[in-house]
Amino acid sequence: MAEIADMAEAERDEGRGTGRPPKAVVGSHLEKEEEMFGRAFDGRIISRIWAFVSPYRARVVIAVLAVLAFTGSQLLIPLIIGRAIDNGIVAGGLDRSGLVSALVAFGVVIVVNFGASYVQETVVGRLAEDVLFDMRRAMFAHLQKVSLSFMDRTEVGRLMSRLQGDVNSMQEFLETSVLSVGDIVLLFGIVGVMLWLDFRLGLLTLSVMPILFIVRIVWLPRAKLAFMAAHQANSTTNGALAEGIHGVRAVQAMGRQKVNFELYDDKARANLRAHLLAAKYAQVMVPIVDTLTGMAMAVVIVVGGSMVLNQSLEIGVMVAFLFYIQRFFDPIRSLTMQYSVMQRAMASGQRITEVLDVPVDIEDRPGAMVLPDDMDGSVRFENVTFGYRKGQPVLKGVSFSVKPGETVALVGPTGSGKTSAMALVHRFYDVWEGRVTVGGHDVRDLTQDSLGRQVAMVLQEPFLFTGTVLENIRYHKQEASLAEVMDAARAVGAHEFITALPKGYETELEQRGGNLSLGQRQLISFARALVADAKILVLDEATANIDSYTEMQIQKALLRLLEGRTGLVIAHRLATIRGADRIIVLQNGEVVENGNHDALMAQRGLYARLYSMNYASFDDMPDELLPDVPPVGGAT
Amino acid sequence: MTTEAATETARANDAVARANSAHWGQGVGTLLRITRMTLRHPVQVAIAVIATFLAAGLQLWIPRLLGEAVDQAQGIVGGGIAAEQAEATLWTTAIILLLVSIGRGLATMLQNYFAEAVGHTVGYALRLAVYEKLQRLSFSFHDRVHTGDLITLGMLDLEGVRMFFSTGLIRMLLLAVLIGVGAYMLISTDLVPGLLALSFVPFVAWRSSVTQLRLRATWLTLQERLSILTRVMEENLGGIRVVRAFAAQLYELSKFDRASRSALELAHERVGIRVRNTSTMTFSFFAAMGLVLWVGGNKVIDGEMSVGTLASFLTFMTILQMPVRQLGLMVNSFARASTCGSRLFALLDLELAVRDAPGAEDLVVTEGVLTFEDVRFAYPGGGGQEAIGGVSFSARRGETIGIVGAPGSGKTTLAHLIPRFYDLSGGRILIDGQDIAQVTLDSLRRAVAVVQQDSFLFTTTIENNIAYADPWAKETRIERASEFAQLHNYVLGLPMGYDTIVGERGVSLSGGQRQRLSIARALMLKPAVMVFDDSTAAIDAGTEQRIRSALKRFARDRVTLIISHRLSSLMHADKILFLEAGRVVEEGTHAELLALNGRYRALYELQVRPGDDVLADVGEGR
Repeated sequence: MAEIADMAEAERDEGRGTGRPPKAVVGSHLEKEEEMFGRAFDGRIISRIWAFVSPYRARVVIAVLAVLAFTGSQLLIPLIIGRAIDNGIVAGGLDRSGLVSALVAFGVVIVVNFGASYVQETVVGRLAEDVLFDMRRAMFAHLQKVSLSFMDRTEVGRLMSRLQGDVNSMQEFLETSVLSVGDIVLLFGIVGVMLWLDFRLGLLTLSVMPILFIVRIVWLPRAKLAFMAAHQANSTTNGALAEGIHGVRAVQAMGRQKVNFELYDDKARANLRAHLLAAKYAQVMVPIVDTLTGMAMAVVIVVGGSMVLNQSLEIGVMVAFLFYIQRFFDPIRSLTMQYSVMQRAMASGQRITEVLDVPVDIEDRPGAMVLPDDMDGSVRFENVTFGYRKGQPVLKGVSFSVKPGETVALVGPTGSGKTSAMALVHRFYDVWEGRVTVGGHDVRDLTQDSLGRQVAMVLQEPFLFTGTVLENIRYHKQEASLAEVMDAARAVGAHEFITALPKGYETELEQRGGNLSLGQRQLISFARALVADAKILVLDEATANIDSYTEMQIQKALLRLLEGRTGLVIAHRLATIRGADRIIVLQNGEVVENGNHDALMAQRGLYARLYSMNYASFDDMPDELLPDVPPVGGAT
Repeated sequence: MTTEAATETARANDAVARANSAHWGQGVGTLLRITRMTLRHPVQVAIAVIATFLAAGLQLWIPRLLGEAVDQAQGIVGGGIAAEQAEATLWTTAIILLLVSIGRGLATMLQNYFAEAVGHTVGYALRLAVYEKLQRLSFSFHDRVHTGDLITLGMLDLEGVRMFFSTGLIRMLLLAVLIGVGAYMLISTDLVPGLLALSFVPFVAWRSSVTQLRLRATWLTLQERLSILTRVMEENLGGIRVVRAFAAQLYELSKFDRASRSALELAHERVGIRVRNTSTMTFSFFAAMGLVLWVGGNKVIDGEMSVGTLASFLTFMTILQMPVRQLGLMVNSFARASTCGSRLFALLDLELAVRDAPGAEDLVVTEGVLTFEDVRFAYPGGGGQEAIGGVSFSARRGETIGIVGAPGSGKTTLAHLIPRFYDLSGGRILIDGQDIAQVTLDSLRRAVAVVQQDSFLFTTTIENNIAYADPWAKETRIERASEFAQLHNYVLGLPMGYDTIVGERGVSLSGGQRQRLSIARALMLKPAVMVFDDSTAAIDAGTEQRIRSALKRFARDRVTLIISHRLSSLMHADKILFLEAGRVVEEGTHAELLALNGRYRALYELQVRPGDDVLADVGEGR
């Protein structure tokens, strides 16, 4: 704490006196939160939700019955107490049979209450969990099938909040909606019983009830705003903290601790204020409810009491009234809360259905054939036109072929369509025009599974999964033996560093292989492709600069990987490009040159020009070196 | 110094382990410390406590008033009085009851509000302290401790501590007053029914506490299982191309199902634990009520008790029910506060390994001379193995030093020692004759800028990112830095220009653009020593060349250190150091080093030879 005081008194930097706000924020440019509340009731969404609940119909029925039994028993208890007083105690005398029978009834009711509450809560609680997990699974399974273009434009974080936050609010909704059946019954039950016991007294007592309803209706929207503001302030503050932790090295290197602290203080202070306001809203209801309860009880005492004095009301009824009053605000409270829960659930349900409704555009067509294992491994592009957005083709009438066993390097500046071409071989997307064939078959006529078995891919970013090294290498082929895995690792030169890891092949990788260097991750992803042992290898070379030693090892592994396979390589490194049998130069979605290194050099076209610049990579080329391409972003 | 750094990390690692197995003595110490923190807001605490007493007292009055009303309605006040008088007493009771209810409501409101307010205020102070600490803890701490753990600490653990006053202490006070005073009132009124009315309390209190502790334990396990599920989903979605490329959707679904099922099973089990508890608690409460009704009823029949007293006993039970049931939550709050608190305090109590020496003065840059004198460094926890084993050199303003070497040879470590990200284990680093360990950190870090290899950009505008070190800088300076780093034209081409937000939600920059941005950012510091740590690796050679020539004038006024594995980036340096295992093994200008015919030359040839030869070399297995 002393440090904080020091901070406040710390000397001011030059420029601060100008009164201009600093060009600085901490963690504020984060996404705005999504709509939390929707319409309270949306039939379409309810029916979608029902589709997930309906397999458990029987349990819903049981739960509702149990809720009714539970509510009934709650209603009966004050009544029985009242009866025990009137019939058993006041009128008792020596005959205690009235008291005994009332107590027997009491015993029966509390046993029913026990059983019903047990059944109700267990069934509802588990049902809601089951539905939650079912929904999550349905979304997850659907995401495995939807087109990659959807996945490309959707952030993982956004999908995760569907799979976590939104399903949770559905769970909450299911739990409370069954229970609110009980609340409604309890509310009407109390009203009914009070009116039945004594109509006039009941009416008088209940007259305070509408007041509470009105107060809550006025209060709720305001309070909700305050609660949401507090929630929002909390996540902004936590976002700033997270940013401070992730970027701590930059913060210290740039000496920003002081400024950041002040900015964070502003956020933390705003957070404090928002929470205090929310607390005010939450607490202001307490005296109101207590006052109304007091008023209702005062009515019973004055009106009911004098009725008892006049002997127009039995004393037990008055006691029962007093008990009911203590209960009757509970259902109102939970019902108004339920309204917010429903609104939240509708907003979440809307988002969940959006995910479930994302069309699956790549499917095996009826009668799709299995790509035979003995296909020759050739790849052909015939007049392929393809793009991600209507009217903006990325590939325009591209034709080329890769002969079995040949290695072809695809080169070209960023945005020339190399990566898209590669994705089409695996049928990540469908072409607009023309066709892509593998082993002589249009990829759309083949089962995706058999195509996947014959086309191995190595992506630019070596993505590894949490799990052991062994699991990662045999990701494609779970049945691969340890010996096979080790052979593959040896072949790509990964065996040595793997065995040097603390537990060798059983070493657990951290998230995304964080405990390995980039080069090592690359080699493991090579081994993974090698174990897959496909006829065709599609590879996107990493652009990130790796030191010369590792790079040499990777080059060597690459040669081994391409041995005896048809290779389509998006190449960035000169060494790789020169090692290819043939080079295809793409520019602006068109094949502009096609031939081996010497032939292309002789052509003195784009390739020769790129090559002579002697760049280590063909990708991060200054725009002005590519005369035929419109400049990106219109830089001066 | 190293021993100090070592203790810092050792303690950081310890903190988590310790907190998980917090023993009683320490737990009590933590709770006392939280309590002391709350007492720093004496007025609010006093209001909350007084309001709690008031609320409890008024609440206990209600059953008694109801009982009296019941008796008055039967006309048994003082035995047979006139009807009007009886009605008048009813009116009096009703008005008192209404006032008591209002008073209770107001007192409860104050109690809850001020308890929350104290909690939030304590939370606010803790937030600042945590943030401040995390921003100042040295690199060696952040190297060791997982960022995710720190975020959890700053969010959830802080929450656990914050809630302690309202859900732990105040609730305990309320319960103690209710039970204590209530028991006295009941038992002094009538012993046997009084004891019976209280009979459910110990049972429910015990059940509730045990259950909450069990729920807490299973909650922690559930969180673990859910985090596995989260990881499975996150990796799947992040790596969807790999999943598709290897046609592994079914495998992924089975992974998902396995994780999902284990979480679901536990979730079901938890529902069971919770429900068994609530229904037995309710049952025991009603059973006690039945007993009171039976014994009290008989007493009323026997004329030993009035109906009003019986009614007040029953009402009292209903009032006591809720807080007793919530005892478990209170116990939970204590348990949570003690584990969360010990983790949090362990962090706050850490001493900064790298901090200003006593009486440190600001660094004064005059000649601009950087000197390494037999510099040695070993990473804390690295078993004493030296990452830097005695490096000496010196450079004057205007000079450029190149540092080259294989991965792991200590290049980056060396760079991190100059701004004192770590403290040396031997030797000295001097700037104009002043030992960097003896000057203030602030002044040192203003004088030394390091462009990191993998620099962190902040989710804010490009302008804010460039002005990171100097948020009050003028636009013209920002643009100049951006021009030097060859970023300006690119930024102008963006629709929002310098107001474009960088990162996930804004424009995503390529590796080269990120590096150019971080170079621009470092230029804002006007440092005496500028270190480029492999910071041009993703920038193409042409652009790098242009950056270099743009920076020529900039370099005249300072010492420049260039670390790179790409020799073309540092061939022009005035002196090149070839590092191997933390030692300088070759030293000289490019020409001198080539003439040496040693390691430098071998590397040079590897990099400039045409690709064919390298491949051939590689093909035969090196």
